[in-house]
Amino acid sequence: MKRLLILGAGTAGTMAANKLRPILKQTEWDITIVDQATEHHYQPGYLFIPFGTYTAADVVKKTESFLPSGVDFITSGIDRVDPDAQVVHLSNGEIQAYDYLIIATGTHPRPDQTPGLDGPEYGQSIHDFYTLEGATRLHEALAGFTGGRIAVNIVEMPIKCPVAPLEFTFLADAYFEKRGIRDKVDMVYVTPLPAAFTKPVAAKSLGGMLDERDIELESDFMLERVDAENHRLVSYDEREIPYDLLVTVPLNMGADYVALSGLGDELNHVPVDKHTFLSKKYDTIFALGDAAALPTSKAGSVAHFAVDVFTDNFVEYINGRPMERSFDGHANCFIESGHGKAMLIDFNYDTQPLSGEYPIPVIGPFGLLKESRRNHWGKLVFKWTYWHMLLPGRRLPVPTAMSMAGKHREDS
Amino acid sequence: MTTATIAGKEVTIDDEGFMTEYDEWTEALGQALAIQIGIDMTDAHWKAVRFLREDFAEQGVTPTLRRVSTIGGIPTKELFALFPKKPAKKMAYISGLPKPVGCV
Repeated sequence: MKRLLILGAGTAGTMAANKLRPILKQTEWDITIVDQATEHHYQPGYLFIPFGTYTAADVVKKTESFLPSGVDFITSGIDRVDPDAQVVHLSNGEIQAYDYLIIATGTHPRPDQTPGLDGPEYGQSIHDFYTLEGATRLHEALAGFTGGRIAVNIVEMPIKCPVAPLEFTFLADAYFEKRGIRDKVDMVYVTPLPAAFTKPVAAKSLGGMLDERDIELESDFMLERVDAENHRLVSYDEREIPYDLLVTVPLNMGADYVALSGLGDELNHVPVDKHTFLSKKYDTIFALGDAAALPTSKAGSVAHFAVDVFTDNFVEYINGRPMERSFDGHANCFIESGHGKAMLIDFNYDTQPLSGEYPIPVIGPFGLLKESRRNHWGKLVFKWTYWHMLLPGRRLPVPTAMSMAGKHREDS
Repeated sequence: MTTATIAGKEVTIDDEGFMTEYDEWTEALGQALAIQIGIDMTDAHWKAVRFLREDFAEQGVTPTLRRVSTIGGIPTKELFALFPKKPAKKMAYISGLPKPVGCV
């Protein structure tokens, strides 16, 4: 009997289990998945909690209900991987052996990594929306906010769902307008990037959207520390940004066991081949989803396209054949822009987000880098799609590899 | 891509003047590139530049500030002092490496 061990039952780990179980014979392959939590969170839904659009009930379900029969689920933390012995030491004391290991434990906000951020003001004048608790507290903070200066700050890249801070900013603008107090709220978007977004075409249109909404942009801002007592962000080049309410996107790091096991880079993400996800150090270890150090977005859509490629390759690999499919870095993200509208971006390792149209049968096409109501509905419908199609590993009507169909090449 | 003559040597550069061929770089070129952006190279500057060169050779990408600080052992604050305002970009420029890509 061979053993596939999957660490992490999030988006990537759950999809991998669902796709591989029907392919790997039960008489030959044991599949075990480990996660410290028994609940699965629909993380893209966190964004809507501060504005009261979603509550915890919309984004939390039992992990087990998304795992196929024939997959063993162990609830435990992970202490350490011993890649030479091909075993994983779990926090519950068990030692799990594997023939192949998939690391899919994601990446997580770490406010403790920035001086001054994770103190008594966290949850008071400092909030985040990348955890359920954080988003829920931020909902209360926004409801009680009657005016002043709000700073939205990305501490450092990479972060998961890199468009979410912009979406939060656009939604907050619309939220205060709806409450009739937008004129009493100053907003500043503080980013370590040289512009609103990384790639030129998207950065231009997203930067324009900040302008239109009278939201200040503070770019190239490398946060050194937070002066929480005096409500100031302080950069390495000694700029200071005052705020009344800070919405932080803390440094994102992979799980600590990744570092302890010698498998991580400086942010505990696992260096892998960007086309196959095979570890650069060990030929029995793969990393999928946000846990992998890949030069593309850390996002559920990336995990989805990646798992598609990985599944086919894995079957070849375990049979000693070359992995023929090559992941292109495809990402596809809706960007909420407020007032019931959204945009869509679609890109990969080589092609930046361009404008145009994204063809999808029946419900599409969706406008690329263009605000529309249809895009917003697409984003809301995606929650259903996530729970019912994506996690169970069903086929979606979108191509795995990025397509140039509908995109305006003259942008680039 | 175009070419430029720096310190008497013809090298390939991109639209923003970053060298594109790893092997065309020499320390003499690094010195000349530093002068162009107003950096007076000291041992501390060279330590950072040498780390960037070595790390790029191993990883194939220009290291981030965090990587230079955690793996290269030079605190970010010091990098801002050595290469004011935009240390990541300036270090890459002097080291003859591609501009660090912001992650998407």
